[in-house]
Amino acid sequence: MLSAFPADPAEVTSSEAALSRFLHGLPGIDKVGAESRAAMLGTRSIKKDAKAFAIDLAISMIDLTTLEGADTPGKVRALCAKALHPDPSAPDAPRPAAICVYPDLVGIAKEALGKAPVNVASVATAFPSGRAALDIKLADVAQAVQAGADEIDMVIDRGAFLSGRYQQVFDEIVAVKAACGSAHLKVILETGELSTYDNVRRASWLAMLAGADFIKTSTGKVGTNATLPVTLIMMEAVRDFRAATGRQIGVKPAGGIRTTKDAIKYLVLVNETAGPDWLTPDWFRLGASSLLNDLLMQRQKLATGRYSGPDYVTVD
Amino acid sequence: MSKEPMRAAGSSARLAVNKTYKLYIGGKFPRSESGRVYAVTDTKDRQLANAPRGTRKDARDAVVAARKAFGGWSGATAFNRGQVLYRIAEMLEARREEFAGEVAAAEGLGRNKALAAVDASVDRWVWYAGWTDKLAQVAGGANPVAGPYANWSTPEPTGVVAVLAPQKSSLLGLTSVVAPVIATGNTAVVVASERAPLPALAFAEVLGVSDVPGGVVNLLSGPVAEIAPWLAAHQDVNAIDLAGASHNTGVASVRDLEIAAADNLKRVLRPEAKEPDWTADPGPHRMLAFTETRTVWHPSGN
Repeated sequence: MLSAFPADPAEVTSSEAALSRFLHGLPGIDKVGAESRAAMLGTRSIKKDAKAFAIDLAISMIDLTTLEGADTPGKVRALCAKALHPDPSAPDAPRPAAICVYPDLVGIAKEALGKAPVNVASVATAFPSGRAALDIKLADVAQAVQAGADEIDMVIDRGAFLSGRYQQVFDEIVAVKAACGSAHLKVILETGELSTYDNVRRASWLAMLAGADFIKTSTGKVGTNATLPVTLIMMEAVRDFRAATGRQIGVKPAGGIRTTKDAIKYLVLVNETAGPDWLTPDWFRLGASSLLNDLLMQRQKLATGRYSGPDYVTVD
Repeated sequence: MSKEPMRAAGSSARLAVNKTYKLYIGGKFPRSESGRVYAVTDTKDRQLANAPRGTRKDARDAVVAARKAFGGWSGATAFNRGQVLYRIAEMLEARREEFAGEVAAAEGLGRNKALAAVDASVDRWVWYAGWTDKLAQVAGGANPVAGPYANWSTPEPTGVVAVLAPQKSSLLGLTSVVAPVIATGNTAVVVASERAPLPALAFAEVLGVSDVPGGVVNLLSGPVAEIAPWLAAHQDVNAIDLAGASHNTGVASVRDLEIAAADNLKRVLRPEAKEPDWTADPGPHRMLAFTETRTVWHPSGN
């Protein structure tokens, strides 16, 4: 628990020096402890009814993602069709929370999903590198919002963050949040490029202070994607932030989560770290694409008692 | 325990280094996911070693590995597959003394009979190595059709094949059921003889150094009744060879496994009423049991 948080959050963000002092005053991370805690939570045995519940919950938390240079309107429509009917042989299968695409394909996704309760999320702000001038990033966001995106996934400027220009990162997030209007803002920290767990904690707090609705681990475009220890640290950050300010922030690990086993490990970690308040698609998401097929195959296994195969789910 | 008395350090006596037998999945040698083992005894009930007690999850992992390997193996040229199978024979030949010992202990045979079984296994690999680029000429052909088409049929691999290895013949029987499956380009998930799995598990080490791509042959040991029903019902397994299944009743009986296999229309190879004499000429029927005939119509000039 964070004892040093001032009563008025504005105090922390009043100047670059104050921001820097606060972020560097955050307690350091015990690397070995965090990793062994995450590994230990990963050994929980979730079977039968609990597993069925976890699978359906995980499906409903997925941001079904396609972020390839080769994306076409046809591929996005196919992905939307999959979101609407994840398993045609099991109409009771829940739908994923959102479709995540590049800004130019938001309109296509919006049209394909119609009025169905599946959100459209768009990456923006010169995803995945975030290396563009602020006005270009804001135009990127405005275009996605204009096209109807319900959620915006922005990337932070890692170069600025790593060289200690926290105010610049902070101001950018504030500006993007303003450009989002009513759309939810997810801030991608790209933890694989932040080097240390201490930096992950600092970046989490920085994003939350700047007004993020969600903090997200990764773009999926660098070598290291979401890991359990990183997610553990981010869950601790949102838990402490709510305790300090009363505002709840969501978390989204993304990239490299491919199997049901992985997904269930994340759910256990959420429950044990931040608590069941976060165990809903409103507060926890999984950024993934191939994960959905694995969850559906496991779901079929539970329903039929037979192992399923890739012939029985759609090819993405 | 060794019957030798303990001697002081520095003397010539040493402690034997016993082998930990492991599964063979995706080209790696993991322990069972369950962490369990079971005691394997010789025909006189003396313990030989512990073998991993494979579970349905090991079988599931093996099927995933076999599916992953199928594209590359079925896409390899028949000539190349022949070379790889021949390489298995070479590697097995190099270890024939060791395998004679394994087979003698597992099946209660004398040294000469065990050695004969090993030699027959080596020869069988060579035999199937020769078949890889010849089966299409025997089982396929150019079909005369009444139209301007070139038309021909070829035997194609069916996919992932689950193999229940024979219960009695631990090495020659295993060879005789695995070689025909992979010769044509299928990949295999093999459940070794439950009572005598050690020659099969040692044979996996031969596969591991024989240029066989990881996942083409996956080898499990453990109770057939616990593993076979899951393989028979698995929706991503295309065929099953019931050579080692029991003719009695129960979940791992031929009848029940056939019923379980029906759901996704697996090809099923039924076993004979009694385990056959594996030294006999096998003929091509085991290869043909796991192939599909593909016929191509190609427009020809005029």
